[in-house]
Amino acid sequence: MLNFLEKNLPKIVLAPTAVAMVVCMYGFIVWTGLLSLTKSRMMPQWDFVGLDQYSRLFSNPRWDVAVDNLFVFLILFIVIALVLGLLLAIFLDQKIRVEGAIRTIYLYPMAISFIVTGTAWKWILNPGLGIEKLMNDWGFAGFEFRWLVEQDMAIYCIVIAAIWQSSGFVMALFLAGLRGVDENLTKAAKMDGASTVRLYWHIILPLMRPVFFSAIVILTHIAIKSFDLVQALTGGGPGYASDLPANFMYTYTFNRSQIGIGAASAMIMLFGVLAVLIPYLYSELREKE
Amino acid sequence: MKNTKLTTLAASALLATTTSVSAADVEVLHWWTSGGEAASVNYLKGKLSDAGVGWTDFAVAGGGGENAMTVLKSRAISGNPPTAAQIKGPSIQEWGDLGFLADINGVAEKNNWDELLPAVVADVMKHEGKYVAAPVNVHRVNWMWSNPEVFRAAGATIPTTWDDFMVQAKKLQDAGYVALAHGGQPWQDATVFEAVVLGVGGADYYNKAFVEMDMDALNSDTTVEVFETFGNLRQFIDANAPGRDWNVATSMVIEGQAGMQIMGDWAKGEFKVAGKNVGTDFVCSAAPGTSGAHTFNVDSFAFFAQGTTSGTGAQNIMAAEILGTDFQTVFNLNKGSIPARLGVSRDEFDTCAHDSMDAFVASSASGSLVPSFAHGMALPSAVAGAVVDSATNFFNSDQSAEEGAAQLVASMAAAM
Repeated sequence: MLNFLEKNLPKIVLAPTAVAMVVCMYGFIVWTGLLSLTKSRMMPQWDFVGLDQYSRLFSNPRWDVAVDNLFVFLILFIVIALVLGLLLAIFLDQKIRVEGAIRTIYLYPMAISFIVTGTAWKWILNPGLGIEKLMNDWGFAGFEFRWLVEQDMAIYCIVIAAIWQSSGFVMALFLAGLRGVDENLTKAAKMDGASTVRLYWHIILPLMRPVFFSAIVILTHIAIKSFDLVQALTGGGPGYASDLPANFMYTYTFNRSQIGIGAASAMIMLFGVLAVLIPYLYSELREKE
Repeated sequence: MKNTKLTTLAASALLATTTSVSAADVEVLHWWTSGGEAASVNYLKGKLSDAGVGWTDFAVAGGGGENAMTVLKSRAISGNPPTAAQIKGPSIQEWGDLGFLADINGVAEKNNWDELLPAVVADVMKHEGKYVAAPVNVHRVNWMWSNPEVFRAAGATIPTTWDDFMVQAKKLQDAGYVALAHGGQPWQDATVFEAVVLGVGGADYYNKAFVEMDMDALNSDTTVEVFETFGNLRQFIDANAPGRDWNVATSMVIEGQAGMQIMGDWAKGEFKVAGKNVGTDFVCSAAPGTSGAHTFNVDSFAFFAQGTTSGTGAQNIMAAEILGTDFQTVFNLNKGSIPARLGVSRDEFDTCAHDSMDAFVASSASGSLVPSFAHGMALPSAVAGAVVDSATNFFNSDQSAEEGAAQLVASMAAAM
């Protein structure tokens, strides 16, 4: 008996988690996949209609807007947050004074929820309350900054708020990476006469590869789940110009009684994430071996 | 010592409310959790307890009731639905089709609901000819709220047609006011759009295009005309409108920054709370071009099939109380709407409500009583969503009227 326990205890302890994972993640993925093939509206119902919901989804102009927005948001958010975070980390790494305080200031936005970030930026970017009004009150009468209320520009407001929230976190990741660089390496490079730029570009950045990897994975999933930021900052507006697929999915599934289309959009989101992550994970993990 | 006593009291009160629902109780799902609405619900609770029926509150906050609907669906699927839930419009039919609703025709017959309720309202409450829901109020959506002080200062008059609206709004704007207070949220865009549809197209067109979803009507020139007028309104709205809540827009009218707002009669509550008097401080008039017509939005409780006969008994008492004159009066005085049934004394209501009542009766005779599609009374939710999307997308872009009309027709057709 004791022998049995000794041998199987790890499995027994892990079993509930494994079951929960299988049911709550993969089980529900399969369930959503099945639902996306039915004509479910208000409640799940099992009349299968093939790929009908997908063709309705792709003929929906609102879905097009949401997908386009996701691309804009993903690319700008990840690239800018990475660059900003990296630069901040490099500057902080120059052994400056009160580094701890500055680091905390930059990292702090991460401690705030997206709802708070969204609400604060909603006020900052609102023409009648925020930057535009401030500049006008200071005497710059012609100053205009109306991205939040313009259909074409609203998505960039979401990018701005998300970068503000997350670049400090990226900075912390890189800072940890920079601190881990062997000092002998930098000393050797300096002895060979490498300039600071060259040192960072050719020696330190390549060493940061695993940090890039973690940062991109984390930023990607923040971007894809940033439903709450959109909800708080623009509510998807003006019109539905700043909708992201997650907002589309929620609206159709829960407000519009269109579970079928909602499920189809959720599956497309899943495929999108997999299409990006699988090759990336594959290449990263294979090289390690 | 006193403190412990209080805690015990509180604890036992908590226990009392959380113990399972006994047979002769009703459990009611609703989202009337704020101010006047909560007071109205409490009144119904008191009425029922006089009749010996306990009340278990199942309130799920969140204005539009989306959260509440999610909870309701999961409760219904797990076979444990509440006694009654706040459901309205075509959703009642959707729930009825799924077989969840209780037949309360017995109460309806005994209390003569067919006589008391206007036919359009009764139709919404019936599933396959049997009553399954009880209406609590009738909102009129096609109202325009104006600040007479602003109009006087700008030398403008309150418009009664859309053509005149453009003229008067220009005057307000030239005098430095925001002509039309508006909140750029999809449902508010749709509320204004709906008023334009009714004002420009008339009740016949409204019914054909946005109730019966008749493609010929939708493809007609009237639709383009509607979008033309709707698009002209863009210039009378201030730049900060997107995302603004409706009550903030109302307060712009109250404070004299803006001249008008097109919004349902719930806006009246905001004026009342601000201590304003109808006639002198604010004016309620029908949205331009809709004076004899009435866009209705009826809130109702749908009843869910119960396992036990005593449960059904309590349900019947509740249904009868909801249609009672006492509840209809108190509830609607609080909410700004008018009673859903006939034969309620008008004395306590204000002139806006009287207007609404008159328009309700007159328009139901003339056929210009139409259900509000912006508030989920006219169309299946998928199609209603498509209309709201098209309206809000058009209003926030620089699409031409033709493009707007084409997109509306295409997305409605796709959602059917």
